[in-house]
Amino acid sequence: MRDLSLHILDLMQNSIRAQAKAVSLSVLLKDDGMLSVIIEDDGCGMSEELLSRVTSPFATTRTTRKVGLGIPMMAENCRLTGGDLSIESTPGVGTKLTATLDTSSIDCLPLGDLPGTVTTLVTMNPDKPEFILHCRSPKGEMHFDTREIREALAGVPLNEPEIAAWMQESLREEIEPIFGGVIL
Amino acid sequence: MKSLAELQAIREKTLNRINLRKEDEAEATRVVIGMATCGIAAGARPVMLAFMDEISKRGLNHVTVSQTGCIGMCRLEPMVDVILPGQEKVTYVHMTPEKVGRVVAEHIVNGRPVEEYTIGAAEK
Repeated sequence: MRDLSLHILDLMQNSIRAQAKAVSLSVLLKDDGMLSVIIEDDGCGMSEELLSRVTSPFATTRTTRKVGLGIPMMAENCRLTGGDLSIESTPGVGTKLTATLDTSSIDCLPLGDLPGTVTTLVTMNPDKPEFILHCRSPKGEMHFDTREIREALAGVPLNEPEIAAWMQESLREEIEPIFGGVIL
Repeated sequence: MKSLAELQAIREKTLNRINLRKEDEAEATRVVIGMATCGIAAGARPVMLAFMDEISKRGLNHVTVSQTGCIGMCRLEPMVDVILPGQEKVTYVHMTPEKVGRVVAEHIVNGRPVEEYTIGAAEK
């Protein structure tokens, strides 16, 4: 993966597979350069047994093969910067993944195209789950919520090409001032 | 979040078209993109966004874009299936945003698959 936004796209597929009704993504950059990426869902959750081995590349819920690289690759990229990745999960309640990275480390991946990631997630999953995005840095913050968009669209599906274009454009306008120049 | 008013305007514009489309669901062309870890790492996201962009520009109402998981040929990702109504599925491999324009123009619009980008050509 070339940047964090691709990792985020990949990790959020886990929440979708877990049948989440809502998935929230927070990307928070502090003064000291520490970046937190928090993905929280209300999906099926994981048993303690699965949770204990989920950061191993040899853990997967798939039956077609024996490797699953999404979480271990992100964990590795966090640790390279001196950060870490942790997961809390309760079966039937949901899962919370917290990744921390030190953006001052030379090994820290750039954030990448976060608007593209969110647009892709919404377009590929127009009916459910709901996606909630929160970005914050010392320069400002923004919120995005598909429930508001769904309400405004009143019945028009979220995967219409014009709506995807609008979403990408408006997310870009709002996210760039927050992270622009620092880690984008 | 801003410009929800803009969204209302898009809604008005698309509403008629959506009602028209409902009547001929069987005529839909499907574009399916592999979006597992392997697909994403190989560049599936820009490919997907390029398809949405091209479909929007050309106003192709009958095309739906969706995702699938890993089908076990990670070395050929990004992979894209194009399914025209009543025709056999065509699988494109090693896709890039640059290739998307040709696939849309030649295959989706004109019905002629771009042979050189297909899995058949790659596996020779």
